[in-house]
Amino acid sequence: MGTAGATTDMTIGLSHYLTVGAILLVLGILGIFLNRKNVIVILMSVELILLSVNLNFVAFSAALGDLAGQVFAMFVLTVAAAEAAIGLAIVVVYFRNTGSIEVEDISTLRG
Amino acid sequence: MITAFAFYAFAAVLIASAAMVVTSRNPVHSVLFLILAFFNAAALFLIAGAEFLAMILVIVYVGAVAVLFLFVVMMLDVDFTRMREGFQRYAPLGAVVGAILFLELAFVIGAWTFAGDAEELRLSPMPAGGVSNAEAIGRILYTDYVYLFQAAGLVLLVAMIGAIVLTLRERPGTRRQDIAAQIGRAGTVNLRAVPSGAGLASLGIERPPSPEEERRPAPVAVGHDGHGGGHH
Repeated sequence: MGTAGATTDMTIGLSHYLTVGAILLVLGILGIFLNRKNVIVILMSVELILLSVNLNFVAFSAALGDLAGQVFAMFVLTVAAAEAAIGLAIVVVYFRNTGSIEVEDISTLRG
Repeated sequence: MITAFAFYAFAAVLIASAAMVVTSRNPVHSVLFLILAFFNAAALFLIAGAEFLAMILVIVYVGAVAVLFLFVVMMLDVDFTRMREGFQRYAPLGAVVGAILFLELAFVIGAWTFAGDAEELRLSPMPAGGVSNAEAIGRILYTDYVYLFQAAGLVLLVAMIGAIVLTLRERPGTRRQDIAAQIGRAGTVNLRAVPSGAGLASLGIERPPSPEEERRPAPVAVGHDGHGGGHH
């Protein structure tokens, strides 16, 4: 039974999961800063951030014994998949039109 | 005890592979490390007791999203060495922002507590005894959260249509089948009384009219007798 997995085992608690999620979120944000030119790696960093959010949802769901957190994590997964598909389609179209995927070129789109 | 060991091992590999996703020189390596990170996150979900989400993560993320990333990285012919140019320049700023954010998150993790009535505020408590995780999620997903489920399907539909609309292009040089033009052609099919025993040598080969001939409908419309054959 799944509910007992994290709660009865005293060594692994909620704070462990929250720490891992926090590190993952910071790594994702660091990736957005580091890879300023490569849109694909930025999209991967966004995936990492959403994964950390899911980790937090699942950890709280297991700690509280509430399944709503897992259902919400599933919707986060759905939105992340849609976001990846649309984002990569935009990258492909942009690369087809201009021959580069640098973010600094893309920022000239504004206005 | 074995659970704690598994948790630390999977968490360590998850964080290490996430760091490699961010700092890897080659984007193909980034995608492969992303796949490794997803697998380890699925293992963490399993330890937390969310088997269904772990399987969804492996199937949807590793099977679809990461492979999509891999396709796009390999399809785009980008000079990836030039992509690294701003790496050193933005590293200190990113490190400062990340450190501040992590400090704030550490404060939050160290200080928060559950509300006193958190047990009563649960929206859908886990059913007790003998119900697997997938079954429990299925029981509430199609009843309590059915509208949200439909909305998620709508999000995926919009994403699918959007991706198709964005990437579909009409090339000028390609040849496509134009069914309306095929059906609308006149004079290409006609009925002739063929005498028995007559072969191609005596009848002549029926050829379809050339496009220039088809543009001028007047001689075609005169009659079937005058058209289509050489000699009578």
